[in-house]
Amino acid sequence: MSDVKPRVRVPKTASAGETITIKTLISHRMESGQRKDSDGNPIPRQIINRFTCDFNGENVIDVKMEPAISTNPYFEFQAVVPAAGEFVFTWYDDNGEVYTETKSIAIG
Amino acid sequence: MKKPIAGLALAAALALPSVAVADEDAKLIINGEIELVTETEPAAHLDGALRSVRSGWTFRTTETQALQMDDFDNPGMIFVDQALDSFETVDGAAGKSCASCHEDPAEFAGLRAQLPKYNEEAGEVWTMEMYVNNCRTERMEAEAWGWKSQPMLNMNALISLQSRGMPVDVAIDGPAQSVWEQGKEMYYTRYGQLELSCANCHEDNYDNYIRADHLSQGQTNGFPVYRLKQANLITQHNRFRGCIRDTRAHTFAEGSPEFVALELYVASRGNGLSVEAPSVRN
Amino acid sequence: MTFTRRDTLVMGLGATVAAMLPLPATASTEDAIAAFTGGASVGTGGITLTAPEIAENGNTVPISVSAPGATAIMVLAAGNPNPDVGTFNFGPLAGSHEASTRIRLAGTQDVIAVAKLADGSFVQTSAEIKVTIGGCGG
Repeated sequence: MSDVKPRVRVPKTASAGETITIKTLISHRMESGQRKDSDGNPIPRQIINRFTCDFNGENVIDVKMEPAISTNPYFEFQAVVPAAGEFVFTWYDDNGEVYTETKSIAIG
Repeated sequence: MKKPIAGLALAAALALPSVAVADEDAKLIINGEIELVTETEPAAHLDGALRSVRSGWTFRTTETQALQMDDFDNPGMIFVDQALDSFETVDGAAGKSCASCHEDPAEFAGLRAQLPKYNEEAGEVWTMEMYVNNCRTERMEAEAWGWKSQPMLNMNALISLQSRGMPVDVAIDGPAQSVWEQGKEMYYTRYGQLELSCANCHEDNYDNYIRADHLSQGQTNGFPVYRLKQANLITQHNRFRGCIRDTRAHTFAEGSPEFVALELYVASRGNGLSVEAPSVRN
Repeated sequence: MTFTRRDTLVMGLGATVAAMLPLPATASTEDAIAAFTGGASVGTGGITLTAPEIAENGNTVPISVSAPGATAIMVLAAGNPNPDVGTFNFGPLAGSHEASTRIRLAGTQDVIAVAKLADGSFVQTSAEIKVTIGGCGG
């Protein structure tokens, strides 16, 4: 899908072992499958069904998403930062596409 | 038969007890840094029609207000990001992107605060969409974007964001005056089977409820707006269409001269409020 | 044309009143909880669900769930056509066992959060969220 764009906020630095707050947003229609078009035909479901956040390969959060998550899905959660490294955010679309974003964080 | 029924319906609808959870004293401070003016003295031309001028933000619930106070909570900002990409993308036969001439979107600071305004060369009042399409068709030799197409909405949000925090300041005199007068007349004209004018709700009844909606003053300092209902950005003309359609009238088209005039007049009612784009509303 | 009770009320009292009538919970809410807990009993306490009392628009309702010590929290919307909303699974680097998101609610209803705790037990909480539908803004 074109125009699916993530927007993620991760602090640039943290102290070792600090807990930080992460906010993520991604533009996606999240077509629930409940809507009908102007001819009365159901519009097929197409949503992001899973979101994960990993840090240096270890999992922070893994969200199973259903059609009741709003358009332009938003998540706010917390992560522990044991050392400097990279956060990888992954969104899985029903249609098989996978969207990712990465953010680095330094210890300081 | 029409008038009495419409009147009764309106009276019944407005008689609902207030269940508002909007905090009128809340301050709109974005990212903990940028404080916006959400209430101010009415402009002189209002001539006592409003006691004070209030942004739509002040009428929303605390949860909705909170969505606008952080650029990472504000869903409208993902569209600004998309426009940033589009700003750098070459489009059209001339082989240019917006960035080819306008190095940085920050160049547009102040523009949104004055729109819509009279454009000398064109000899008419222009809205944001008209400026963008003029550049696209004349200088980029690209196709015009549809008024409510996603790329136009996104670019509108990006350019409008550059004026965030600046006071709305549209000119109502000089060459724009006749258009302004036309807009003012529309504002006070009753439309549709329900025979409602903009003023009936937004001047005479703001803060009351019409059915389940908490009426605002209908200010446009927040446009383009991320509406929770559409889960997308919408423009002033989109809302004008919706409002007039809700009076059960055949409504004007987005981009029509009537709506340009109305956009100018409604903008002037908010002179002094801070530009909030992209704002978040219900 | 036959009118349901809801239709008759709407015609008589207006859509605003109808919007305030809670949507009936579906049987599948119970099934969803049972699937998550494997049929184990569910306690209360130690889980918080933060949600507005009145949602300004059912399309985008901000909620937060928190359950210290949880490995997973499942959220259900009892009155939606399909009650499943989502499940937050916390990994080893989760900084806390809480998360916020925005959800769609078809009408006034109970939103339920069920947490699986580290010791394998379950707790739940719920909140009624009023969703106003009908008004000139749509």
